[in-house]
This record gives sequence, C-alpha cells and structure tokens, in this order.
Amino acid sequence: MEDHHILNVHELKTYFYTENGIVKAVDGISFQLGEREIVGLVGESGSGKTVTALSVLRLVPRPGRIVSGKVYLEGEDLLAKSEKEMARVRGRKVAIVFQDPSSSLDPLFTVGDQVQEIIMYHEGMPKKEAVERTTELFQRVGIPEPEKRIHMYPHEFSGGMRQRICIARALALSPKILFADEPTTNLDVTIQAQVLDLMRGLHNNLGMSMVIITHDMGIVADMAQRIVVLYAGNVCEAANTHDLFYSPKHPYTEALLEAVPRLDRHKKLGVIKGNIPNLIEPPSGCRFHPRCPYAKEICSQKVPELEKIDGNHYVACHRWRELALVGGA
Amino acid sequence: MEEFVKAQDLVKYYPVYKRGILLKKQTGAVHAVDGVSFSIAKGQTLGLVGESGCGKSTTAKVLLGLERPDAGHAFVDEKEVHETLDDTNDEKVRRFRRGMQMIFQNPYGSLDPRMTVYDIVSEPCVIHQHIPRSEWNEKVYELLRMVGLEEYHAERYPHEFSGGQRQRICIARALASDPKLIVADEPVSSLDVSIRAQILNLIMDLQKEKELTYLYISHDLSSVRQVSHHVAVMYLGKIFEYAKSEELFDKPLNPYTQALISAVPIPDPKTKRERIILAGDVPSPINPPSGCRFHPRCRYATEICKKQEPPLIDALAKDHFVACHHADKFV
Ligand SMILES: Nc1ncnc2c1ncn2[C@@H]1O[C@H](COP(=O)(O)OP(=O)(O)OP(=O)(O)O)[C@@H](O)[C@H]1O
Ligand code: SF4
Ligand SMILES: [Mg+2]
Repeated sequence: MEDHHILNVHELKTYFYTENGIVKAVDGISFQLGEREIVGLVGESGSGKTVTALSVLRLVPRPGRIVSGKVYLEGEDLLAKSEKEMARVRGRKVAIVFQDPSSSLDPLFTVGDQVQEIIMYHEGMPKKEAVERTTELFQRVGIPEPEKRIHMYPHEFSGGMRQRICIARALALSPKILFADEPTTNLDVTIQAQVLDLMRGLHNNLGMSMVIITHDMGIVADMAQRIVVLYAGNVCEAANTHDLFYSPKHPYTEALLEAVPRLDRHKKLGVIKGNIPNLIEPPSGCRFHPRCPYAKEICSQKVPELEKIDGNHYVACHRWRELALVGGA
Repeated sequence: MEEFVKAQDLVKYYPVYKRGILLKKQTGAVHAVDGVSFSIAKGQTLGLVGESGCGKSTTAKVLLGLERPDAGHAFVDEKEVHETLDDTNDEKVRRFRRGMQMIFQNPYGSLDPRMTVYDIVSEPCVIHQHIPRSEWNEKVYELLRMVGLEEYHAERYPHEFSGGQRQRICIARALASDPKLIVADEPVSSLDVSIRAQILNLIMDLQKEKELTYLYISHDLSSVRQVSHHVAVMYLGKIFEYAKSEELFDKPLNPYTQALISAVPIPDPKTKRERIILAGDVPSPINPPSGCRFHPRCRYATEICKKQEPPLIDALAKDHFVACHHADKFV
C-alpha cells in the first residue's frame, strides 16, 4: 500500500522507567500527517502529547525510552536510524517549537547567534550569508527591524517576540514538518492571536506540514484540518476537524466538547467526573472507563482497538456503534 | 439591587527605582491601577479581564485591603475597607477580614504541605473563633462534602491530591470563615479542561447556595463569560469597558474589547469571525501612552485619541460603560 503521508506514526510506545514504576506515557499511539496538512494533537496534561513529539524527534529524555513502534518520515523509519543519521533529520526534516520560549533560548548569546550558528554548522554557510539568512528569517516571522534585533539578547524581548525567534530558529534549515508544542500557552490572548496568525501564514506560504499540540479545543478548531484526541497515552479518536466536532464517536471527545466554556454562548458545562489517571497503573481495558458515562462490563476487561469507521475517521471504543453521541456545536 | 462591593477611583502606583552608588533614586512609577471604579451587587459576580500586567490582581489586593491605595476608596458591605482595617478594635477588624476571602491560581502553592486537609480547612475557625470548637468537626466535614471531597480526605496531606482536588481544598478553606465576598484570581487557569468545568460549576453552585459575591479575575474570556453577571475589561491600569456579561461579549463597544474577543479561538470549526490582529505588545505601564492608552495599537485612533483620555461613560447604552472617543461607531 502506498503511503501518501509525510509522517506516519505507528503503534508508538514510549515508557519512562522511574523509581516508582514504569510510566506508560505513550502506549500505542498511531496517527498520520499529510503533506501540507495541519494536524492537531489534543489532550489534557499527561496524555502524552509532548512525549509523542519528543519520540518522533528521538529526543526522549531519561529515564524514558522508545519501546516499540514505527515512525515513517517520507517512507523511512526514523526509529531505525543511527544517532548520526538522526542528527541530519532534526531541523532539516522535522523541527520543534516548545511552550516556553524563555527556557529554550540561551540567555548568554544574542538571538541572532543562536540561529546563525545552526545555519553555519549544518549548511556550512559562511558567516556573512548566515547573518543575511537569519535576518530574512526574522523578517519572515514578523520581527520588526531584524538587522538590529539579531544583535539583542533573549531577555530584551517580550514573550511573544521570543516565541517568534524560536519559530525562526526552527525554520532555519527549512524543515518539512514543524511540531509546535503548546506554542501559545504562556502568551496573552492578543499575542497568541499574532503567533497563530504567523503559523497560519507559514503553512499557507511555505506549504509546511504542522503538528500543533494543545489542550485548547478552540485552537485546533481554528487551525487544524485533522484532530487526534489523546487520553492517558492512547489515541481515542482521530478525524477531520469538522467530523470530530460535529459527529464525535468517542465518549471522551463528546465529554471534552461539553466541558469547555465558550465565548460565543452561555450554557451549563458538562462535567467529566473523577481525575486524570495515573500512568503507572492505568485503568484496565479502556483507560477512560472509570470516568465514562457509557462504560459497560467489557470496557474494564478489554482494551478497545483503534478502528477505522470510514475514510479518515478512527475511534477506539467498544460501544461506538451503539452510541448516539452529540456534537459540540 | 444592593451594592455589596464598590470601588471608587482606586489608584495604586508602584515606584520604580534606579539604583545609584549610594542611594536609589525614584525614576518613575508603574501605573498599576489608575482610577478604577466598579460595583458588584450582592450575590453576583463581576468578571475582571485583561492581559498580563494590566492591573487585575493589584485591583483585587487593594479591594481586600492587602495593598493601600494611593487614592480612592473601596467599600465592602458599606464599610470603607482601609478605614475599617485601621480601626483599633481588633475584634471588629477580624470580623471584617473574615468576610472577605481569596482563591488563587496555584492551589499547591497556597496550601501548607505539612498540614492535613483537616488542619487546613479548620484553620480559619482557629483564627477567627467564629464558631464554637465543638462544631469544628461538623463544619469541616460539611465543607468537604460541599466541595465534592470525602470525609476521609480530611486526614490526608496536599501532595496526595490532584490539582483539581487541591483547588477544592482551597475553596473549602475559603468558605470556612463564612465569607460574603470571594475574590478568585485565575482559579482554574492551572487546571485541565475536564477539571476546570468541575470547579467552574462548583463556584457557581456555591454562589447560589450561599449568596456569595464574587470578583472573578482571569485572562481567560471564556471562563469569565461562564461565571460572570457583569464584566469589566482592563488595559494598562484602566477599565475600558464595563457592562452586563452578554452585552459586553455580544456588543462590545471598545476596540480593545473587540480585539480581545476576536482573539479567542472558538471551539467550533464553523464559527468564522473577523480576526482582529493587534500589532505590537502591550506597552509598559511605567510610562503608559498619552490620551487613550490603547491608541498606538488601535486601528480607529485619530488625533483626539493621542491627546485626550476618554472617560468611562454610559452615554450610548444605559449601564454599558465604555471609554472610547469613537464608541458611537460601534453601536
Ligand atoms: N522525564 C520523565 N520522567 C518520568 N515521567 C515522565 C517524564 N516526562 C514525561 N513523563 C510522563 O509521561 C506522561 C506523558 O507526559 P507528556 O509530557 O507527554 O504529557 P502532555 O500531554 O504533553 O501533558 P501537558 O499538557 O501537561 O504538557 C505523564 O504521565 C508524565 O508524567
Ligand atoms: S470503551 Fe467503554 S469505557 Fe471506553 S469510551 Fe467506550 S464506552 Fe466508554
Ligand atoms: Mg506537554
């Protein structure tokens, strides 16, 4: 079967071997990203969003380890690559932008240096050209007066500007895929709107494929063509954005849509009872079963498989056929 | 309706110093709160929204008497807050304080890790002695039930709880002194979506049950709409717009409010709205822009906006207060 996806993550498992036990942070996650597509990875904290992104880039920190699975990027399995080969993939094919731009920039170097260095090292470009390219990148991500700004230090910028710098750095080697892990979570709303607008522009103008990681259903509704919903290290549901919002097939997706307050209306919020499970001893069967209003006996006994229900819609729930769930809108 | 809380032209500046070799010299002031007025009716919620550094939390601190205003007055239950707290009658001061409680963003930071939940929740009873000792147990268990925890949780420590449960503990403690006013500063911002809904519903249910008055502070407009009867929008120490919640969100009259609302992504892919992207960052409150503080970022700004500060008035629609020279364009 020919795979037209630029990225295909298959049955990925990444565990953390901690003193307290094995944290099954990512436990069989599969999803695909098409060429020029924006996929949203949504889920609450601890659902495995960040670990998924770090696994794709093979940057999982200790005591974590990728246990099994495949990560095909343009048909090649990244998990089978040597560390040296992987170093050529990062930045060139896939790059990542993190939530906290302050901690991902080095306070001791000018922001220009931090981008130039990457270009000089990886492209073997002479300094003068690297500076020019950095200035261009700064321009592209909407940093005013880039010739001047490249000589400044991270602390001289606001949070929003720092995130732009991180995005410029991620673009330095013209990657095909950009992972953005909660890129706007620490920013004010109007600054968030600026950064999202920038990302939309990069997608439209450069044709970049993106994976946007967020807990904000509003951001994915706005930005993503497809959405993958994670819960406790598993995929519950994956679908085109419209289908996910208007005909969700997984009880967790339904509950999530009911639980978010919306600025455009006022309605009593639906409640998801209980707490997010602990991943050292996750609930048996369907990990959502202790909180699921539709759970039956089988749900605690058997792990539901991620089934394809039509074209692009996947769901992992024993009861999806019998349930008539309501969409969020 | 009875006005339970009233703020009148509150001003709070923080001096900014430049450290010299021998002395530090004041070089300016942060205009944290710069003439803020509002009122809250008994049993209602005022949502105070704005971006970071706009003065929301300082307003709350001045209202609760934790910071002294440079000018203006705050009244709670018809008593001037700072005069009352200066009273020499300790008993009176204590009783007044007991009526006002606060809930914060980070529920872990505000709980002493060495205290059990029982000690945490009963602490206000120890401090205020407002109910007889023989009734403390009953009170603690009742509060735990009320916020959705179990009696057996009383013997546990904060680290044994999830973020949402810790926020429930904070709420139980705040309620223990039988307050009439609760200031909630970003109470759900650090919580997950599914837990956020639980706490927002709890906050609203408790209000009905106990006729609580809330000042609900947040940068998250969606949760503000969810809980508030009235909403005030702040920008650089000033209130820019103040109206009934639906009015403000459905018919905003101030260009900053409009931009703020349009910046919030709606979790519905069919809703396509005009996107207003503001240029630049929020300016520093140390030397706020002249005239209307928003003018450098405002697409409707004209000469007058640079020169004259617009007053907060309800000339266009009754009880819909707006500070903008050009608000008539948006009616
Ligand atoms: N270095 C680590 N050591 C041990 N466990 C870890 C480590 N990093 C992550 N985990 C665990 O892996 C699980 C998934 O974490 P991950 O960071 O991917 O969640 P997330 O979905 O990105 O959440 P958030 O929304 O909070 O960013 C969590 O249970 C987390 O505690
Ligand atoms: S498998 Fe069962 S518990 Fe899990 S989501 Fe479906 S109905 Fe609920
Ligand atoms: Mg994360």
